[in-house]
Amino acid sequence: MKTITVKYFAMFREHAGVSEEALELDVATALDVFEQTRARHGSSEPTGHCKVAINDEMADWTARVKDGDIVLLFPPVAGG
Amino acid sequence: MFAISDIDIAVDELRDHVKDPGSGGVCVFEGWVRNQNEGRAVQRLEYEVYAPLAIVEGDKVIAEANERFPFLEASCVHRSGLLEIGDCAVWVGVSAPHRDEAFKACRYIIDEIKVRLPIWKKEHYVDGDSGWVNCERCANV
Repeated sequence: MKTITVKYFAMFREHAGVSEEALELDVATALDVFEQTRARHGSSEPTGHCKVAINDEMADWTARVKDGDIVLLFPPVAGG
Repeated sequence: MFAISDIDIAVDELRDHVKDPGSGGVCVFEGWVRNQNEGRAVQRLEYEVYAPLAIVEGDKVIAEANERFPFLEASCVHRSGLLEIGDCAVWVGVSAPHRDEAFKACRYIIDEIKVRLPIWKKEHYVDGDSGWVNCERCANV
């Protein structure tokens, strides 16, 4: 098990009801974190146009996560 | 230089910032808050920005534009927080010796910023409803 701090933004934050939470998760990749938090918050949203960052750096969904990492989950962006 | 601002964008200052003696002109794009989107009357907008990453990625976009369309100076500022109709939401200015590079670099910067930066737009509608733009499919997250 790893302690992962997950941060939610925009729509994700509203649905999670928190902007961040520290979770004990059995995960290997960023995608695992996304899937387990989706399950936790009752979602079936595909990754689609969503993006992920680990410790303030943009990452691929296949990126490995380690104990203590901060994983940022970004719903589809809409700047401009 | 890319920046996030939680107050009105100082357009005149930004325009001065991109001035350069070698410039033959400046191409400016200002994104404004409009009063409707996809048939719905919009009252105001709200931008949520994750600034630490938005700034890094915004600077990266400007550097890429400079590699593709060499210019002299470029600035871009994006708003965060609540905006009213007519407010400037994003400002891009590029100065270059000739107009072709200025137009192309300006276009590249605004196009990439819209799809790459961790910025989210929530529309508040006249009927009291609100919704995150591009997030219709996220409704059950």
